[in-house]
Amino acid sequence: MTMSESRMSVGAFFRKYTMVIALVVVVIFFAIATKGGSLLPGSINNLISQNGYVFVLAAGMLLCILTGGNIDLSVGSVVCFTAAIGCVMMDRGMNMWLAVLAMLAIGLAIGAFQGFWIAKVRVPAFIATLSGMYAFRGLSNVVLQGYRVDISNEQFLFLFGGGRDCYIPDFIRRIMGTEGKPNLTCLAIGVIAVLIYIAMTARRIHVQKKLNIHQSVLGQVLTTAAISAVVLFITWQMASFRGIPTVLIWIALVLGIYQYVTTKTAMGRHLYAVGGNEKATALSGVKTRNVYWFAYANIGLLAGLAGVLTAARAKGIDPTYGEGYEMDAIASCFIGGASAYGGTGKVSGMIIGAVLMGVINQGMNMVGVDSNLQRVVKGLVLLLAVVFDVMSKRQKR
Amino acid sequence: MAKILLEMKNITKTFPGVKALDNVNLQVEEGEIHALVGENGAGKSTLMNVLSGIYPYGTYEGDIVYNGQVCKFSNIKDSEKLGIVIIHQELALVPEMTIGENMYLGNERGSKFAIDWNTTYAEADKYLRMVNLEESSKVQVKTIGTGKQQLVEIAKALAKNAKLLILDEPTSSLNEEDSRALLDLMLGFKKQGMTMIIISHKLNEVAYVADKITVIRDGTTIETIDNHGTEPVSEERIIKGMVGREMTNRFPAREGVQIGDVMMEVDHWTVHHPLYPERKVVDDVSMYVRKGEVVGIYGLMGAGRTELAMSIFGQSYGTNFSGELKIDGKPVKMKKSVTDAIKHKIAYVTEDRKGNGLILSQSIKVNTSLANLSSLASGGVIDQDKEYAVAEEYRDKLKTKTPTVEQLVGNLSGGNQQKVLLAKWMFAEPDIMLLDEPTRGIDVGAKYEIYCIINDLAAAGKSVVMISSELPEVLGMSDRIYIMNEGKMVGEMKAEEATQENIMALILQSGRGA
Repeated sequence: MTMSESRMSVGAFFRKYTMVIALVVVVIFFAIATKGGSLLPGSINNLISQNGYVFVLAAGMLLCILTGGNIDLSVGSVVCFTAAIGCVMMDRGMNMWLAVLAMLAIGLAIGAFQGFWIAKVRVPAFIATLSGMYAFRGLSNVVLQGYRVDISNEQFLFLFGGGRDCYIPDFIRRIMGTEGKPNLTCLAIGVIAVLIYIAMTARRIHVQKKLNIHQSVLGQVLTTAAISAVVLFITWQMASFRGIPTVLIWIALVLGIYQYVTTKTAMGRHLYAVGGNEKATALSGVKTRNVYWFAYANIGLLAGLAGVLTAARAKGIDPTYGEGYEMDAIASCFIGGASAYGGTGKVSGMIIGAVLMGVINQGMNMVGVDSNLQRVVKGLVLLLAVVFDVMSKRQKR
Repeated sequence: MAKILLEMKNITKTFPGVKALDNVNLQVEEGEIHALVGENGAGKSTLMNVLSGIYPYGTYEGDIVYNGQVCKFSNIKDSEKLGIVIIHQELALVPEMTIGENMYLGNERGSKFAIDWNTTYAEADKYLRMVNLEESSKVQVKTIGTGKQQLVEIAKALAKNAKLLILDEPTSSLNEEDSRALLDLMLGFKKQGMTMIIISHKLNEVAYVADKITVIRDGTTIETIDNHGTEPVSEERIIKGMVGREMTNRFPAREGVQIGDVMMEVDHWTVHHPLYPERKVVDDVSMYVRKGEVVGIYGLMGAGRTELAMSIFGQSYGTNFSGELKIDGKPVKMKKSVTDAIKHKIAYVTEDRKGNGLILSQSIKVNTSLANLSSLASGGVIDQDKEYAVAEEYRDKLKTKTPTVEQLVGNLSGGNQQKVLLAKWMFAEPDIMLLDEPTRGIDVGAKYEIYCIINDLAAAGKSVVMISSELPEVLGMSDRIYIMNEGKMVGEMKAEEATQENIMALILQSGRGA
C-alpha cells in the first residue's frame, strides 16, 4: 500500500469528520464565551444528566431512520404516558420495580402496536406515529387527570438519576475508610473503560493485519487516543465533582447495546439493507416487513426507558412533559449524519449529534441567550448539517 | 426529393464504462415515417434521448441539424419549442388527473397563476377528435384503457405543435386492434404532412407503416432500407440487418460438459399480472433444466421471461399462480416466499441490478453476504471476520476489480457490480440459478468474464437458466434454447439446430398467429 492511498486528502478528512470538527469548534467557542465555565465539572455533569433521554430516544430513532428515513413522532407522548403510569403506580405505593417493568412493557406494547400498522398494514410511519402522538398525549392527561404527580421513592430516584444523590457511591474510598475528592471509584471505572477500549482497538488492528485488511493503522490509533483523552478528561471532571451520575450507566448501556446491534447483528444488517434498497433486500429472502416492526417496537421500549429517566430526573411527571423530545431525537440522528432516505447512519454519529445539540443548548443558556433565539440557532444547525450532508454526497458523483 | 428535416451526424454518446452510441447517422425527410429498429440495448432509445435533449448538448459528440440549423438543446423544452416531441414507451400520464389536465401539464393554458380551464378543455377536446377519441377531456385518465391512453399521449404531443413526432414502442402495450388503429392514425398524419420516427420491435408493423427503416446494432447505424417499393420490405430482410454480426470468439468454450438428470421442471405454469389479474403474463409454460446444463430463454421485451423466472423464485412476481414446479423430480409446494425459494436452492439474479439486486450504499462485503447471512451468524450475531473472508474469496474467484471489499458497490462499474450480484447468489449456494439478462449494460470484456463464470457454474453441476434479449449470446452460451413470446413458450431448440433467423422467424410467426 502506498502512502497516497493510506493518506486521506484534506478535503476528504473534513468531509468525514465534519461534525466532530464542528463539535470541537462549538465546545471551544463556548469555553471561551463562558470563560471556561462550560468545561467545569458541574457543567459537564449537567450536560449528561439533562440529555439522558435524548441519547436513549435517538438510539431508537436511528433504527427507524435507517429503514428509509422513517421517523417516530409519538415518542414524546409515549415518554409522558409511560412515566405517568409509573408515577401513579408508585404514588399508590406499588413496588418500584413493578412500576419500572410496567413502564417498559407498556412502551414496548405501544411500539409494537404502531409498528403493526406501519409494517403490516403499510400505514405511512409519519401518520401512524402522528396519531400516536395525539392519542398518548391525551391519555397521559387522562391518567394524571391534569395534575402533576410527584415521586417520593428514593431508591427509584437514586437509580435513574433524580435528586441530589444520584451518583455511584465511592466504594473504594469507603473500603479505604477515607473521604474527600477526587472520587476514586469514578476514576477507576473511567480508566478501566479506556483500557478496555484500547484493548479492543488493538485486537481489531491485529485481526485486520491477519486478514490483510488495509485500514490506516495510524488513523485508528489517533482516533482511539483522541476518544480516550476525552473520556479521561470527563472522568477527571466527574471525579472531582460527585462521581458518576447513575443516569450515565443507563445511557452507556443503551449506546453500547445499539452500537453492537447495528454493527454486529443480522438484524442490524437488515435495517441498513432495507433502507438501502428494500426490493433487493426482499429478493434476498429477508422479511422486510418484520424489520420495520422491529424498529418501531424497539423505539417504543426505549421510549418507556426514557419515561423512567424523565420521571426520575423531574421527581414526578406533569402532563406536558416530553413535548418536543421526538424532535431532539430526530435532530440528533440527522445532525449525526444519518441519511433522510435511510440506509446510512451510525450510533457514533448520533452521539456526536446529540452532544452537539446538548453543548449548544447549555452554552447558550450559560451565555444567557434568549430562549426563542436558542430555537432559531438549533433550527439553523440542523439545516446546515443536512445541507452539508446532501452537498458532500453530491460531490461524490 | 423532399427536403431533409432532420439530420443526426456522427452522434457518439458514452456512459461510464459503455459506449452506447458510436458515430450514428440518421437522416429523416420531411413528411415521412422513419422507423428505427434494432435489438434491445442497440441504442435506439439513447439516440432519441439525445435528439430530444434529455441528454443535453455537450454530453454527446456530433451534431443535430434540424430544419437546416445546428441545434444545441439543453433540455426537453428546447426541443419541444422546435416541434420535436417524443412519446415514451412508458405512458407518462398522471392517472388521477383528467385528460385535459394531463395534456397541458407543464404547458398550461392562460397564465401560470390563473389557468384558463375553458380554453384548456376546449382545445384538448379538439386534439382528442384528431386522434379519433370520443372521450371528453374532463374524464380522469385512469378510467380509460391503455390503448386510449396511448392516443391521449399522441394528442398531448399534437397540442405541443409537434412537427416531428417520435414514438418509442407505441404499440408495445396495445392489442392487435388498437395497434392497427394507431398505425392507421400515423398514416393519416403523414398525409397531413407530419414527420414521424417510430421505434418498434414489431417488424410487421414497421414494414406496414414506415417509408424508411434504419437499423441500429451495437450503437452504430448499419443501414437504411427503403420501403417505397411496390412490395413491403420483407421482415427477413430487416432481421438480417438487426442480427447479422460475426460471432468469432465472443463466447468461451464450454469445458467439462456433463449434463445430468432433470433438476427443475415447471408444468403448465400460468401467472397473472399483479395489478390486472385478468391478464396472463405467463401463459401455460412448461420447461425444464438439467444438472450441468445452460438453458437459454430468448424473447423480445415483454415476452414474460422475467415474470416467469420471478414467479418460480418464491412467487416474487404476479398473482393467481397455477401449474406445477418439480425440483429433483419431486413436486414442490412453494409458499409465496423468497426465503422458501432460497431454501429450495433456487437463486434469481435480477436483470435490474441497481433497482432489485444490490444495495448501492453498502459495501461489497455486505452485499455478498446478504442472501445467506444466516450461515455467517450464530444467535443473530454476525462473524465479521468470516464474512470478510467470504467476500474476499468471491472477489478472487470472480476477479472483481476493486481495491477492497469494503468499497461501496455504488462506486463500481457495471461489470463489477454484476460480479458482486453473481457472488451474492453463488454464496447462497443454489443448485438452480435463474440469470436474468446477466450481461445487460456491461462492456464486451466484462461480458466475456461473466460467460466464463456461467460456464464454471454449469461445469460444477449447477443448472443455469439464462434469460437474454441478445440472440448471439443465447446462441453462443446455451445447450438448449427456449423461445418465448407474449407470455407463451413458442419453441424449443437444441443449440445445434438454432440460428438467429429461425428463432426470429418463430417469434414473428407466433406474433402473427395471435
